Amino acid sequence: MNAEMQAAGGGALLELDGVTVRLPVEGSMRAVLQEVSFVIRPGEAIGLVGESGSGKSMTARAIDRLLPPGAAVNGRIRFGGRDVMTLAGADLKRFRSEVAMIFQDPRAHINPVRRIGDYMTEALRTNAGVPVNEASSRAVALLKSVGIEDGERRLRQYPHELSGGLLQRVMIATALLTKPRLLLADEPTTALDVTTQAEVLAILDDLRTDLHLAMLFITHNLEVAAAICDRTVVMYAGQIVEVRSSSRLHTDPLHPYTAALAAARPNIEATTPRLLAIPGRPLSAFEAPAGECAFAPRCPHALDVCRQARPALIALDGGLSRCVRAEELRGRLEVALHG
Amino acid sequence: MAESVLEVNALRKEFGPLTAVDDVSFSLPEGGSLAIVGESGSGKTTVAKMIVGLERPTAGTIRACGQDRSTPARSLRDRRRRGREVQIVFQDPYTSLDPRQTVEATIDEVLRLHHGWPAERRHQRVRELTELVGLDARQVRALPRSLSGGQRQRVAIARALAAEPRVLILDESVAALDVSIQAQVLNLLADIHDQTQVSYLCISHDLAVVRQLTQETVVMWRGKIVERGPTAQVLDDPRDDYTRRLRASVPHPGWKPPHRAQLAGA
Repeated sequence: MNAEMQAAGGGALLELDGVTVRLPVEGSMRAVLQEVSFVIRPGEAIGLVGESGSGKSMTARAIDRLLPPGAAVNGRIRFGGRDVMTLAGADLKRFRSEVAMIFQDPRAHINPVRRIGDYMTEALRTNAGVPVNEASSRAVALLKSVGIEDGERRLRQYPHELSGGLLQRVMIATALLTKPRLLLADEPTTALDVTTQAEVLAILDDLRTDLHLAMLFITHNLEVAAAICDRTVVMYAGQIVEVRSSSRLHTDPLHPYTAALAAARPNIEATTPRLLAIPGRPLSAFEAPAGECAFAPRCPHALDVCRQARPALIALDGGLSRCVRAEELRGRLEVALHG
Repeated sequence: MAESVLEVNALRKEFGPLTAVDDVSFSLPEGGSLAIVGESGSGKTTVAKMIVGLERPTAGTIRACGQDRSTPARSLRDRRRRGREVQIVFQDPYTSLDPRQTVEATIDEVLRLHHGWPAERRHQRVRELTELVGLDARQVRALPRSLSGGQRQRVAIARALAAEPRVLILDESVAALDVSIQAQVLNLLADIHDQTQVSYLCISHDLAVVRQLTQETVVMWRGKIVERGPTAQVLDDPRDDYTRRLRASVPHPGWKPPHRAQLAGA
């Protein structure tokens, strides 16, 4: 148990403790997640940010027990104090209704030949035995809460009749029908236009407050995470490299990777002759060099000490950083960010 | 003002009852860079498709390097000449390369078709182009499947440049890349722009990318151009309501999404 989790005490809704996931890749088991630990308290929104291979989606899949076949999981995941790994039967069913998931591409997750109403109310009708009329009126009420006023008409429509933004709102409303306590949102706005993204983010933000809903928001975009999450977890090569209050993420990052990621994004307010690109490409957990800092090969601040051992997460200014130089580099990372 | 290498005039495209592109005109000066900004359904990609000849305009004209290309090419020669005028780099580096061709063969084929050079000169040029886009000797002999998304997009850029086009259309060319790789490719595009006389037409929904890459911007909404001007001016001081809404929706450090009360009618 790390310091942050102790601080959270028994108030945690979701607790990940040292979660390591290995998958069979070309005949051998390879780690895709390493020692991932964090907590989400009731009503709290946590951002999970990283590039390809960082393990952010795998983390959500581990929580919802949707890992690919053959996956080996170590460590503990607890939801409402109960061990998620050992849930079965009715307990697993209840867990799934309390933890809802929404995805990047609603069209890939909604059956195109069935009406919106069928899709939305299926879980209620078949699992909870709610009568059709009642399920439909609950669906209409929830559509209203995501900004869709003419719910009755929408329930009779087919997915192809709705735009991507509307369909994503339908997916969110559907996820809320079982009254979940935690929403796992995996890049829910990435496929949307930027004006639609802003609307969907506002809806998620309002719902969270209105329903006291906890949220794990997975995104590759630091700014999006910072905009609607209380804290942001930054992942690299299957590990957490930083946990930071979202309001300080851009002004006072604790890990060189976070600062480098922010600096690599072009700035809408100014042009620079060249961006501060990070050399090389993002590595997955099993590609990263063992026995040294996974980011060291790409890090502008790496020294010999960074290549001698995998750094542990250290607590700093209310956050966590997996950088042996974190304390010494504070403030200088901010300079890189604005340079 | 520099001579324009691409001129689009009163361009229109109808798909049945839908008007996808409506009275679009702009010109791209030699060595310049112009962005077409817009969201899904704005018509920006249809404009790009008409310029490269993948769609035929319903009305209006397109001229590149002084030659009309509003109607399909009438001969192989004509088609190849057009290829030396305008090239395009698509969004998805996973579907835009031939999976059975090595990087070397991919670029060599373009050199052979467009320039008809002898093998030695082509070999030399493949080396120069792959060096320009930052691919190493091993990657040059590799098949696309062993390359990452960023590396494939470099191949697509090198292939497009092999035809020595006067205009390079970048159709969401960095949108699918990881942030750290996107920065590398944007820097590469800036280097190429400095080193060659190629002009960029950048089709993008990403205003920050547009700011980094282009001097001029036109904003499209529902098939029409609603605003145009120097990129910095359009982004810092947008005049049109839609451009303002678009600009206000872009997340940046310290940004918060607009709340439900502000979304009436959404």
